[in-house]
Amino acid sequence: MIERRPLLDFVSHAVLIGGALIIAFPLYVAFIASTQTLEQVMQMPMSLLPGDQLVQNYTQVLTAGSTKGSKAAVADMLVNSMIMALVIPVGKITISILSSFAIVYFRFPLRNFFFWMIFVTLMLPVEVRIIPTYEVMSDLGLLNTYAGLTLPLIASATATFLFRQFFMTIPDELAEAARIDGAGPMRFFWDVVLPLSKTTMAALFVIQFIYGWNQYLWPLLITSEEEMYTVVIGIKRMIVGGDAANEWQLIMATAILAMLPPAVVVLLMQKWFVKGLVETEK
Amino acid sequence: MEKRVTFRSAWLPYALLAPQLAITVVFFFWPAFQAVWFSFQLQDAFGLSTQFVWFDNFIALFGERNYWASFRTTAIFSFSVAALSISIALLLAVMADRVVRGALVYKTILIWPYAVAAAVAAVLWSFMFAPSIGIITYVLKGLGVDWNWVLKGDQAMLLVVIASAWKQIPHNFLFFLAGLQSIPKSLIEAAAIDGAGPARRFWSIVVPLLSPVTFFLLVVDIVYAFFETFGVIDATTQGGPAQATQILVYKVYYDGMKAADIGGSSAQSVILMIIVIGLTAIQFRYIERKVHY
Repeated sequence: MIERRPLLDFVSHAVLIGGALIIAFPLYVAFIASTQTLEQVMQMPMSLLPGDQLVQNYTQVLTAGSTKGSKAAVADMLVNSMIMALVIPVGKITISILSSFAIVYFRFPLRNFFFWMIFVTLMLPVEVRIIPTYEVMSDLGLLNTYAGLTLPLIASATATFLFRQFFMTIPDELAEAARIDGAGPMRFFWDVVLPLSKTTMAALFVIQFIYGWNQYLWPLLITSEEEMYTVVIGIKRMIVGGDAANEWQLIMATAILAMLPPAVVVLLMQKWFVKGLVETEK
Repeated sequence: MEKRVTFRSAWLPYALLAPQLAITVVFFFWPAFQAVWFSFQLQDAFGLSTQFVWFDNFIALFGERNYWASFRTTAIFSFSVAALSISIALLLAVMADRVVRGALVYKTILIWPYAVAAAVAAVLWSFMFAPSIGIITYVLKGLGVDWNWVLKGDQAMLLVVIASAWKQIPHNFLFFLAGLQSIPKSLIEAAAIDGAGPARRFWSIVVPLLSPVTFFLLVVDIVYAFFETFGVIDATTQGGPAQATQILVYKVYYDGMKAADIGGSSAQSVILMIIVIGLTAIQFRYIERKVHY
């Protein structure tokens, strides 16, 4: 702080409190709606005080979904989402750390060509190749499978770049010492590179967990069976039509359940999250 | 940049690269190649016969008024999302950078929407803006606004812009905060000693030093609005009413999956690919200059 400005301090706090309220308001409304009965939610205006249906609404969606829209149990969808959110980061970290190790620590023919091949994937997001990717998945028999949900999403140029960038900062002396001591490349990888990469891996894990959990278009394309739905898709399936027809209290309970795991990860691992976010995009 | 010390092996590097390259080829290159191939073909409605038609799909596409309208919609949508989320995030970051007490609490509350899926964010906002029961609709009615985004195109656009911007604010906020914290305190102090007040210091020092971050966020946010907001559109307006919110990505999906126009959808994919390549090139040119490693 450079000088005391009581008025400006007051304005700062006022703006931040206002901003925080606006940012948090949708969450509050969703939570309140998830504790009320349908009649209470349908009132104009709905009450902004919690109702007494919390246990009932959450039990209903977890075990049986909604009554008018999708009847798939949200508990199963949460399991599917969790599988996606764990397999994608683990897979991504594994294949990218290996490929960037090869690119940084070896000289071999076509090295630059391979590096560019990985780089180009940045320019081909799922969204621009919807139809052909769907056809490839169906040819390979991967529709409605966990492999289909996760495999295509674990190739990523950003993770490879991040590891490459980090490996460039590892002092050459370490590799030299390892070589003099007679350690082979994989020994060096396990004993030196991997332990040093822990923070980068943690940061990537947080970002990719959220990415995996929040996938929408991909599961929408390749899942058609209810037991393969992820929770984000499940919410969409509960919305059946005009707003009077929807069971908003159940949709909001599902929305809260869908937000909880990634929000907990962001809040508990805030430090890694910020590091991951700033570094993966830099 | 190259490592001075490297290992030697005739096969190991290829083995290490194999998993990533296999996935890249099967799920990225092959479909992308097919998108280009399909875009030159015309399929009948049942997918029984195909005909090679050169650039007919592209010509038909550019002759279609809907396609141009979709371009316009996408431009309005992505600039609105970027402008709204950047300006709110900047305001909040400048304030958060000033305060000492409660800084962590504010930061925690302001970043959590990053964790919310686009489709979920859209459902939350569409619930509050629901034409007959929404709580914000109630307030708007009280103010004399006839709110019904299900029927009115501009209101539907406003809804998807708000939902998408809300989700992007935390991202921009964190980048601005990091940018603000990297401004040397000595610069600010020197200006203060010379008698510059907070407003003057903000415009003459902070704004110019933040302009690279702002430009970077503008590009990132436009890419976000182009692609990652698919969930927002699909969970609320589905491109309607009367295609008022049909952004390019949604049209690719709709034409390909719902209307089964493989050739037309693939041609749109190819055009989108060209746009992404352009945006990525801008992003990387800029990063090459700014970040040294």
